[in-house]
Amino acid sequence: MFSRSPDRVTRGLRALRPRGGAPLLLATLLLLAAACEREQRRFVESPPSATPTGQLLTVSQLQPGPAYITADVEAPYDDNAWAVSQGQTLFTSMNCVGCHFHGGGGIGPALMDDQWIYGSAPEQIFASIAEGRPNGMPAWKYKLSDQQIWMLVSYVRSLSGLIPKGARPGRSDHMMLTTPPTSTAPAHPKMTTVP
Amino acid sequence: MAQRWRALVPTTISRSTTRSAVAAMIGVLLMIAGCTSDRRTESAGALKVPKGPASGHGDTTTVYQDDGLWVRPAKDYASTRFSGLSQITNQNVQHLVAVGTMSTGVNKGHEAAPVVVNNTMYIITPYPNFVYALDLTKPGYPAKWVYKPKPVSASQGVACCDVVNRGLVYDAGRLFFNTLDGRTIALDANTGAEIWMTQVGNINLGESMTMAPLVAKGRVMVGISGGEFGIRGFMAGLDEGSGKIVWKAYHTGPDKDVLIGPNFKPFYAMDRGTDLGVTSWPADQWKIGGAGAWGWISYDPALDLIYYGTANPGPWNPEVRPGDNKWSSTVFARRPETGEAIWAYQTTPHDVHDYDGINESILVDLPWQGRTRKVMLRPERNGYLYVIDRSTGEVLSAQPFGYINTTHGVDLKTGRLQYNPDKAPVAGQVVRDICPAAPGTKDWQPSAYSPRTGLLYIPHQNLCEDVESVEANYIAGTPYVGMNVKMYAGPGGYRGALDAWDPVAAHKVWSVTEDLPVWSGALVTAGDVVFYGTMDGWFKALDARTGRALWKFKCGSGIIGQPMTYKGPDGKQYVAVLAGVGGWSGAVVAGMLDTRDSSSALGFVNAMKDLPQKSTPGGILYVFALP
Repeated sequence: MFSRSPDRVTRGLRALRPRGGAPLLLATLLLLAAACEREQRRFVESPPSATPTGQLLTVSQLQPGPAYITADVEAPYDDNAWAVSQGQTLFTSMNCVGCHFHGGGGIGPALMDDQWIYGSAPEQIFASIAEGRPNGMPAWKYKLSDQQIWMLVSYVRSLSGLIPKGARPGRSDHMMLTTPPTSTAPAHPKMTTVP
Repeated sequence: MAQRWRALVPTTISRSTTRSAVAAMIGVLLMIAGCTSDRRTESAGALKVPKGPASGHGDTTTVYQDDGLWVRPAKDYASTRFSGLSQITNQNVQHLVAVGTMSTGVNKGHEAAPVVVNNTMYIITPYPNFVYALDLTKPGYPAKWVYKPKPVSASQGVACCDVVNRGLVYDAGRLFFNTLDGRTIALDANTGAEIWMTQVGNINLGESMTMAPLVAKGRVMVGISGGEFGIRGFMAGLDEGSGKIVWKAYHTGPDKDVLIGPNFKPFYAMDRGTDLGVTSWPADQWKIGGAGAWGWISYDPALDLIYYGTANPGPWNPEVRPGDNKWSSTVFARRPETGEAIWAYQTTPHDVHDYDGINESILVDLPWQGRTRKVMLRPERNGYLYVIDRSTGEVLSAQPFGYINTTHGVDLKTGRLQYNPDKAPVAGQVVRDICPAAPGTKDWQPSAYSPRTGLLYIPHQNLCEDVESVEANYIAGTPYVGMNVKMYAGPGGYRGALDAWDPVAAHKVWSVTEDLPVWSGALVTAGDVVFYGTMDGWFKALDARTGRALWKFKCGSGIIGQPMTYKGPDGKQYVAVLAGVGGWSGAVVAGMLDTRDSSSALGFVNAMKDLPQKSTPGGILYVFALP
């Protein structure tokens, strides 16, 4: 899901190669299109993408019985650099930074590593922010809009490299640290129950 | 030597409250307490001294002098952490062996001191604040009972610097302690049964509780933590019998809230005036100005004053709170029964570097320019060792005990700390090489004072920092800091030290440097041995006179606890300490933080990137004795 955008660009370029005629123009257009996606601001959200699919949300990877259902919710802003930068601003102004600092953690857990207590999937992070978690994470759903929470979801995912590089913030919001999320290597959870 | 350096070691003993007086006050509660048999046993070897003035609350001061006991983290009201036990000496300490261990079942920072009374050892753990009573008369020290207060788990989200607890206290058959979620609890020490429970703090205002209470004059005194959460700090005095809050003294706001009245006589002009807790702040900023109390309280029964310091003002970003920000980073002298302020001295006016004033006050009587003065010794977070007249609040001396470049000194005429403006944080700039860093030259870790050597043994750190001040946004129940911090080792490259300090000559006598910050308390004994622990797990014994290393033992986790010593049922001297790394300095291990972010844990992680290789989390009691 996080690699969707680069895949599309690669596929597009591959398709262009045999033609030869106006590849440059097409490539430019495609890149522009991709760039548009990256820069797009959404002023109206469609309801399905604005709320997590609560019925499908799980925190445990263990499901009794043979069926393996995944929620597979797409984060609406994983490709959108502007929205991610808004998430970065919210991360500071809503004092997330006071507990998680710039990803390394402190009062709250680290967000830049590959360990996710309540899951790294977009809907799981959404739920962690909106509903809170029992060991000290406040419930933000009455303070932030769904749209703002989704922006935070994508920024949080950027801290461990889980969103496309092009959408990750190019620099930190502060002057002292040298490693912005752009250069964070993807840190996926090491194990999965999916064979 | 011993006469010259006379420490104020309290002289009273067992509780002299009569049962009828208590019954009149607390009725049914006494039946639950059932502490009569307990009183009988603890009076063995104890002395009774004349009662103090009647408090009107059916209680008088209880002080335990028997060196076989250890009833509070600081050992005595003077907070000397000195034990008169002398079986273990600087001649035989090298034979010390571990004779008992126990896992507490908690893997966070263990800052508490074990307490021993009635052949029972009491331990409180970090969140979830389990209380264990261990039977010292039986092999292996089996638990008599375990009490689980079940703090609200969300309280972990308002604990700035790991979920620590600094200890419980024993008085007259009861144990008193605080829980992270802001409750003060009294238990029957024999049975573990709850006697009363009082909600003092509110986590939704960012309030938590980590300090050990002090019990004096029928009051259980407790303070609130949360200077990084925009709290309005206070100290409260609870009725020892019922748990009812008798007084509450705020550390910001109008005089009536601070319990400043006609008897308030600060020594320095800068601390005199009306409603300074309001006027030394921008409008309404005092309501979220921090200034909690999470450290140590001492008590002088003769002067009938408690002494404690208040914490840092909030937010850390100082530009939003011009003014002295009273009464943050201030030493208060108060009456224990009423909380009335008698004097105050602001050690760090308008603090800009998180220099809390919560460190211990060690009450000693010192020869000073030809006469004996009743003083307190305060190794302050701002790096100065203050000698203060504890009757008046006059500063007799203030000498640096570590490297300082944030201030030039203390003006003894005005009492005012002299800032170096070059090191003040400025919005939009990174200010580098600030020494000492936010945890100060010394943080919470308590010193020990030996009347035999006349020396103060100060465990501390040697850290500097870079800071970037940023906008702080107050949202109740969330951090309110506004500062990016990055700490590192100070001059010399070492991060910690244990110093022996001569308070009269005002200089260092010897110093043992440590690679890691020394975040454990110190203990000194009549055997002239100093005990302390390191964050990589070494429990060490030094010669109190020379600082020579005499013995060490590697514990299962880093040590940030407070060592203590007691006499066992077999008449032998034991030394005990809790190992379990964590706290602010050890949050990188206890919280499994990511060392790639140098701002983690308020910037402390940058200075502790190697700690995960040197210690694992844990929570283990160690008891040592001579074979």
